[in-house]
Amino acid sequence: MQSRRASRAGASKHADKITKPSVFVDTHAAASNQEAKSLFAFKTDDDVRKVYLAGREYLNEQGQPYVSPFIGKIKRRMSSDQTLGSAHPSSFGLAEFNHRATEAVLGKKSSAIVENRVLGVQTVGFTGAVRLGAELLRHWYNGDAAWQGPVYLSSHCDDSLAGVFQAAGMPDVRQYRYWDAGRRGVCMDGLLEDLETAPERSVVVLSASAHPTGAELSREHWALIARLMMRRQLFPFMLLPVAGLCHGELERDAWPVQYCQSLGMELLCAQSFSHCFGLYGEHVGHLLCVLRQSSVLLAVRSQTERLINALWAQPPVGGARIVATVLSNPAHRAEWQEGVWHMAARCMLVRERLREKLRLLGTPGCWDHLTQQTGPYCCTGLNVEQVEYLSKRKHVYVLPNGCLNVSAVNSCNLDYVTEALHEALSAEPLS
Amino acid sequence: MSVFRDVTQAVPVAVFKLSQDFNNDQDPNKVNLGVGAYRTDEGLPWVLPVVKKVEKVIAHDDRLNHEYLPILGLPQFRSWASKIALGAASPAVQEDRVGAVQCLGGTGALRIGAEFLRRFHNGSNNTKTPVYVSAPTWENHNAVFASSGFEDVRSYKYWDAQNRGLDLAGFLGDLETCPEHSIFVLHACAHNPTGTDPTQEQWMKIAEVMMRRRLFVFFDSAYQGFASGDLDKDAWAIRYFVSMGFEMFCAQSFSKNFGLYNERVGNLTIVARDPDNLQRVLSQMEKIVRTTWSNPPSQGARLVAITLSDPGLFEDWKANVKTMADRVLLMRAQLQAKLQALGTPGTWGHITQQIGMFSFTGLNPKQVEYMVKERHVYLMASGRINMCGLTTKNIDYVAQSIHATVTSVQ
Repeated sequence: MQSRRASRAGASKHADKITKPSVFVDTHAAASNQEAKSLFAFKTDDDVRKVYLAGREYLNEQGQPYVSPFIGKIKRRMSSDQTLGSAHPSSFGLAEFNHRATEAVLGKKSSAIVENRVLGVQTVGFTGAVRLGAELLRHWYNGDAAWQGPVYLSSHCDDSLAGVFQAAGMPDVRQYRYWDAGRRGVCMDGLLEDLETAPERSVVVLSASAHPTGAELSREHWALIARLMMRRQLFPFMLLPVAGLCHGELERDAWPVQYCQSLGMELLCAQSFSHCFGLYGEHVGHLLCVLRQSSVLLAVRSQTERLINALWAQPPVGGARIVATVLSNPAHRAEWQEGVWHMAARCMLVRERLREKLRLLGTPGCWDHLTQQTGPYCCTGLNVEQVEYLSKRKHVYVLPNGCLNVSAVNSCNLDYVTEALHEALSAEPLS
Repeated sequence: MSVFRDVTQAVPVAVFKLSQDFNNDQDPNKVNLGVGAYRTDEGLPWVLPVVKKVEKVIAHDDRLNHEYLPILGLPQFRSWASKIALGAASPAVQEDRVGAVQCLGGTGALRIGAEFLRRFHNGSNNTKTPVYVSAPTWENHNAVFASSGFEDVRSYKYWDAQNRGLDLAGFLGDLETCPEHSIFVLHACAHNPTGTDPTQEQWMKIAEVMMRRRLFVFFDSAYQGFASGDLDKDAWAIRYFVSMGFEMFCAQSFSKNFGLYNERVGNLTIVARDPDNLQRVLSQMEKIVRTTWSNPPSQGARLVAITLSDPGLFEDWKANVKTMADRVLLMRAQLQAKLQALGTPGTWGHITQQIGMFSFTGLNPKQVEYMVKERHVYLMASGRINMCGLTTKNIDYVAQSIHATVTSVQ
């Protein structure tokens, strides 16, 4: 390195100047996260059969992220629209977007909306929504200026979620049982037990739909959970990471949020419109805060604005404009809705095909859960060794916890993927 | 009972409140000299012609993929944005020791930089390291660093109100006496709100002390191109520090010089001693971004990257920036001339000496109140005006208002 620097013109001047150690010398390299390692391994794998099933995005039958030609049309129209201003939007983002996003989750006739005790904020994607919600809790939950937690996350949740709460200043992140590997469904007994023993006033993060394992809570389950949470004063933070893709409609996916609201619960809800609009790059997120009293709305709003100002000041407007335009126009909305139904339906179709193939192959294990679940995410039940076998021997990549994205399976790779799963589940463990 | 029942009403952000009051004012002569955004001579926001051009290109390009951007942002954007600040021929760039993180505007860049420094600078999670911001400074600087966990955000002497210039002695004094490893937020050019920048000789003195006392350099560059109309000239201070061997952060905003306020285009440029240190820093930056917004938005970054990387579009952009800077210079010259013609008491040379979008008029709070209430000319309590709020149509009224204010209110 020294000789390389010295041989460049003017470099000796630099070498003289920086003789002391770097100011960053104590910054250690970050351990790469599982998702990154997985993706890297996939990218450097030169086997032609390789398949990546560990991504977040919904992929179409051609293996590409969903792009609606209809959205493309709207983008083009917007690019030539002279009336669209470029000025700073509000910290809360586009009002029309917030209005539609809030309606989408709570339903138009929600009492919370009517009683003006709802705050809706456009955020920088789903992560931005979770982060903002976390910051709000940290600074203001139950009058505590520096609330530390505990925050409860489900087992098998996205591994970055804990990091978001910790980055917001809440180190006390714990887990409640959710996925029952044996029954390939929700471990209700464990879940209720963990919530029963959680300290009162803990925050509990719940997937309203599209849990990474694909396992869903039934309406009966929600009734039990809500009652318990109200009794123990646990605060729900609901997640809708792929709004619309499970049941084909925004409002249907958000039923659990509406249910909790109808019981009078206060809650936060983070949702993303990236997937159902194919607007990944635009990163359109939304944080909803339902309050018990309208009298605190203004204060909460003002403090939320302060938090936003120190994070990103204002959210980016492009994607939100598109979403607002589509959701506000009945004709656009109908056309867009077709696309969402198609995505949800395709997920169901792929699940059916996976299940059928695995059955025909005689793959060990029970695969009913594949078709009992909805949406793009699903837990295969593969253990760590089997996941490794899958990637190393078969060049099929799933998340380390065995979860995968069914939309990444298509007619080209279905046979190969199912055979690979079969082999991984039947094979001897790698030594 | 709401779990948020104890939430207190936050004090409104001054500049937003000012805009609100302006909007509610019915007076036909009202003028808004508060907000920090460019306005045309018609008083309207300006979509740069080059931006319109490139937006159409993007909208019609079906090859562009719509996936999430990498966590650190669009690679092309990051490298071009850093080159704009440091110069493409910068030795630091040639030596692969410059990296960047695409962020949500200048605010986002400051936040990510602050979050990194809180975790890794001057020990591990040392929240007591003093962060120095200029007196006065953009009001959000305090909030960003405090929110990132720093407990000790202080100010360094900067504005000499009496002499209407830089308090260099005070500034250097603070640099000499502050704790080692303190973090200093420096305005790269067009200081907000005073419009007063150090001269090149003054920057050299500042750099000498900062190097000797091992102070961390954090440039805030929101107005490159706006100060003089020349991008390279406006980046002189940053480039000088790099040439002196400093490692540093530079938070860049493209809101003003691209007019992309609502696309939130920012870049945190990192200059390290060598590629190895740089890589470790970037790896930690990724972790921080992952827990803040996960991936940055693509639209604005794509637009800037395309513009900066195409020679023709780059020239178009420079010309557009010069248009904006020239209008500001014209308004400065005209305002000063009109005040002198009116015989307004006081000296007004500072209006043309100051640089960038803002001018510290020197009006005191009582005079500012008079301007707002009696004349319906809205400016910040500090006496700061946004030159872009002036137009050929309102400049006479504003000059007369200043005259009336200074002669009636002491």
